[in-house]
Amino acid sequence: MKDTALTATHQALGAKMVPFAGYNMPVQYEGVNIEHETVRNGVGVFDVSHMGEFLIEGPHALELIQKTCSNDASKLTVGKAQYSCMPNDDGGIVDDLIIYRIKEDTYLLVVNASNIEKDWNWLQSKNDVGAELRDLSEDYSLLAIQGPKAVEAMQSLSSHDLSDIKFYNFVVGDFAGIEHVIISATGYTGSGGFEIYCKNSEVKQIWDKVFEAGADYGIKPIGLAARDTLRLEMGYCLYGNDIDDTTSPIEAGLGWITKFTKTFTNSEALEDQKRRGAERKLVAFELDERGIPRQGYDIVDSQGKAIGNVTSGTMSPSLNKGIGLGYVPTVFADAGSKINIQIRKNAVPATVVKLPFYKG
Amino acid sequence: MNIPSDLKYTKDHEWVKIEGDVVTVGITDFAQGELGDIVYVEVETLDETLEAEEIFGTVEAVKTVSDLFLPVSGEIIEFNEALEDQPETVNTDPYGDGWMIKVKCSDVSQFDNLMSAEDYKTLIGA
Repeated sequence: MKDTALTATHQALGAKMVPFAGYNMPVQYEGVNIEHETVRNGVGVFDVSHMGEFLIEGPHALELIQKTCSNDASKLTVGKAQYSCMPNDDGGIVDDLIIYRIKEDTYLLVVNASNIEKDWNWLQSKNDVGAELRDLSEDYSLLAIQGPKAVEAMQSLSSHDLSDIKFYNFVVGDFAGIEHVIISATGYTGSGGFEIYCKNSEVKQIWDKVFEAGADYGIKPIGLAARDTLRLEMGYCLYGNDIDDTTSPIEAGLGWITKFTKTFTNSEALEDQKRRGAERKLVAFELDERGIPRQGYDIVDSQGKAIGNVTSGTMSPSLNKGIGLGYVPTVFADAGSKINIQIRKNAVPATVVKLPFYKG
Repeated sequence: MNIPSDLKYTKDHEWVKIEGDVVTVGITDFAQGELGDIVYVEVETLDETLEAEEIFGTVEAVKTVSDLFLPVSGEIIEFNEALEDQPETVNTDPYGDGWMIKVKCSDVSQFDNLMSAEDYKTLIGA
């Protein structure tokens, strides 16, 4: 199992550590509810250095990205980032990712830790255009500083005006005494803030200064458990749960990052699926009664017949009710549709809702 | 790790307090810590008579769900209803107000099968 550059720091803070995607990661420090609440109303810091980073460079960099990724990366100007996914040849998804345009011909792809090797091999296999690829995953760390107070709390650490960095934009600049880090207005929590990409050798200094600067704002370290409840309240997909090698971006509600302005892996079949309408869809639901949906539970109709399954579920700390995502036949996919979640012996009624669950 | 020496324990991380043939059952400090923030304690077996190791309920935390196993056979004569409104009591006071059920034990010789605080300490490596 691999450590991040901060594993010892988490252990010293008393974090409960778990293996996640081959890394020894903090799942919680104080408790999932307090950590969740800290990000929703204040500011919290995640070590997400397990994420993978690939650099794609050269005159053919964009070409490789365009042919492998579903979103239209030609729209990216230097300083902008984009959420995207890599479809496979069989109607599924290799991974979801964020693409940063660092320089004219330099792009950074940020991928899920569990898929680093798969994605790398996939991109290599598709690289008949001569793009230059580098895997920086082992050398780079990533901190997500998230929450409504993140901008104010962190401003003293940078000469850049942090409030000027718009959502899904970034600057390469100074932060916490380190030059040339990526300060990116991204994150997977729905509460605003930044992600900081830096070298492993720099991350401890940044972590320490972030906590000094955030002390007056009640800053706390946040574990993966709260990361999951935060993203799920927004309805953001988690690879391995809600999307995988067998789910199409159209089914998963990722049509908004699937642009048929160009061709890419399996784009013809996906365009056809979009035109005809997918047979099943990923829906968001809230339980009408007490209970907590969990990954793998059956979704059943009013007759008790299984019609799908829960891909992610939790007790929502903000809404104080059971929420989840799952695939159902399209006939059940409209907001307001009544479904049931099989929780042990009981079929608990639930209602399909529009995302996000948490509206701020 | 708090492991009171006057209680008995099970390998399923429950504690048992013996008073005559009635036992009070809850989950240990170690168990509540592993589960994290508890949001429901569900016991639908009140007034039922069950065998030892049968499931008498479930405890749901934000991130996980776990079955609750009856430490000794007998009738479940009481459920701590305060947990319906304040399940977090299991986190804050697992051996006190966070108790879960009372059982009228059908065979007190089963008490010999329960673990001592020392044995439980060894089990969890505390």
